[in-house]
Amino acid sequence: MAVKLKDLSKKKDVLAGGHRACAGCGPAVLLRQATLAVDEDLVVGFATGCMEVVTTIYPYTSWRIPYIHNAFENSAATMSGVETAFRSLKKQGKLPVDKDIKFIAFGGDGGTYDIGLQSLSGAMERGHNMVYICYDNEGYMNTGIQRSSATPYGAATTTAPAGKAVPGKLQFRKDLSEILAAHHIPYIAQTSIHDWRDVVTKVQKAVSVEGPAFINAFAPCHRGWRYPMEKTIEVAKMAVETCFWPLYEVENGEYKITYKPKEKVPVEDWLKSQGRFKHLFTDEHKHMIQELQNHVDMLWNNLLKKAGEL
Amino acid sequence: MERVSLTGNDAVGTAMAQINPDVVAAFPITPQTELMHKFAEFYADGKVNTELILVESEHSAMSAVVGSAAAGARSMTATSANGFALMWEIVYIAASLRLPIVMPVVNRALSGPINIHCDHSDTMGGRDSGWVQLFSENTQEVYDNVIMAVKIAEHKDILLPVMATFDGFIISHTQEVVELLSDEEVQKFIGKKEMYYPLLDVKNPVTYGPLDLQDYYFEHKRQQVEAMLKVPAVVDEVAKDYAKLTGRKYDFIEIYGPEDAEISLVALGSTAGTAKDVVDKLNDEGKKVNLVKIRMFRPWPHETIVNALKGKKAIGIMDRSDSFGALGGPVFMEIRSSLMGEIKEDITANYIYGLGGRDISAPEIESVYNDLFEIAETGKVKNRKTYLGVRE
Repeated sequence: MAVKLKDLSKKKDVLAGGHRACAGCGPAVLLRQATLAVDEDLVVGFATGCMEVVTTIYPYTSWRIPYIHNAFENSAATMSGVETAFRSLKKQGKLPVDKDIKFIAFGGDGGTYDIGLQSLSGAMERGHNMVYICYDNEGYMNTGIQRSSATPYGAATTTAPAGKAVPGKLQFRKDLSEILAAHHIPYIAQTSIHDWRDVVTKVQKAVSVEGPAFINAFAPCHRGWRYPMEKTIEVAKMAVETCFWPLYEVENGEYKITYKPKEKVPVEDWLKSQGRFKHLFTDEHKHMIQELQNHVDMLWNNLLKKAGEL
Repeated sequence: MERVSLTGNDAVGTAMAQINPDVVAAFPITPQTELMHKFAEFYADGKVNTELILVESEHSAMSAVVGSAAAGARSMTATSANGFALMWEIVYIAASLRLPIVMPVVNRALSGPINIHCDHSDTMGGRDSGWVQLFSENTQEVYDNVIMAVKIAEHKDILLPVMATFDGFIISHTQEVVELLSDEEVQKFIGKKEMYYPLLDVKNPVTYGPLDLQDYYFEHKRQQVEAMLKVPAVVDEVAKDYAKLTGRKYDFIEIYGPEDAEISLVALGSTAGTAKDVVDKLNDEGKKVNLVKIRMFRPWPHETIVNALKGKKAIGIMDRSDSFGALGGPVFMEIRSSLMGEIKEDITANYIYGLGGRDISAPEIESVYNDLFEIAETGKVKNRKTYLGVRE
């Protein structure tokens, strides 16, 4: 059944307003979309990062639902313990038997692609009945815009700045969703915050499957990417229109592209919208734009093949 | 009460099964492995209600039990050496979140160089982590300590994690006769776990682990200190209850040999057992000496230590780990600090021994007592820090 904005608007936010995310924050949009998607009782866990910091500065909390933050690299392991406690206590009759609780672990791309990858892989392999959602803003934004393995090729960050000798990041980003697909868990999806219906639908699917599910959610950061704060949704949308960030899901091993741009927009148009790629628009570095385009094309074609569309 | 011959690991694995925790997280590391093998057998045979999480690292083991304990579940894990070091970050977080996790630690030397045998460099490094630390001399004691640890950790005034340590291989892999309680006795003793602010109480949502800055962090640390100060009274109360059940009474320290002996040796762990033989031998020879065995290292039983050691003419302090660049090993520094103002002369000598599982023999311990006789006679300490049994 299609999700209606009208229905969502009637639901009570579990994330209170007044938290300290920047105006125009992409990940904060994702948190609302993802938590509104869940009808059941929900417990959330967070990796250290922007969303942990801005929602829980003691003595305040923005969370109207149970929340746990442990450390940077262990959101998945921590929530695997919470979920296991739930199963154990429920089995032993130490909790009301009919009670169903959903569990979502959140982490940024630093806490998920990099330092938390082992913890995530372990939790997914063990088959916990939980969802992991990565809010991917392509860098360590909380600590000051450092390069992560999710940072795109050519982007300038504070640890891989665009200097005279080195033009930003020299490596292509890690394809984390494919790594999760190799875990053969019931549900994996890529989504983007510009499409609230896509996010909500995928989160609802993820919490409804038995076993682990993973969602990689594209959530731009205007501070890190250097674009005007009111453009967050547009910048996210354009990444999808260029096929830089395809929206797809892998359900029980079956790939399905959930949005196909009518006309594939050149990656260059997306890069132009952000200051972090400014240095690529010079004679010296413009070849990097083509290299990134080639990479995006290759991955998109691979995805089309996997989805049986090529 | 059943008397059986068990290795230290099997005894602790049995204690864990009798505790029947709601959640156990396990990751293999020598010499802890057999402990979890034993527990896994109970699990596989359906003899426990526990949900067992076979994690991919010790970091995740501690992270998972932080999650399960916050959720309200009675939670345990176990480790050794590098595994303990890997979970280090979360060991501190477990204490600061006031989660009553119980963790047997099978003492093993920390890398490097890599070594699998006993010393105390692993848990001594964790002495400022905010965990209660109980050291055990033998298999019986660690079995008892692990059961008592549950009750100490979960006491409403405490709510702190407890590690019960025992010496790798020396205790973990050797068989001793142990008196086991029945499952029912253990359950009755530890009681039902009370849940304080469980994460799974969705009707009363709580936030665990918020960012705590300049205006509150210090107060929270201060509360942790207060909780630790309440531990001795609870450890004592639990020990008294346990003595009623078993006839075995454990204090913060154990004085072996005549209390009024003027020469004391301080040790912890399995070495205390060897030292007791030496104490017997020397006293039989008419040389009045005793041994002060430390069972509770954190919180540090300052008053008890002072009462046991003041007025001595020579005190030898055995450390199975070193503190590089410091005056002495961790036990030595604690003892000297406690004795400040209580003894007139410097009559303490530190003996670093047994690193990486190097055996400590009765004659070596006797040689320490011989040093102490000389200190007592001359009032002078020739060597403040001696490395025992090492090729110099």
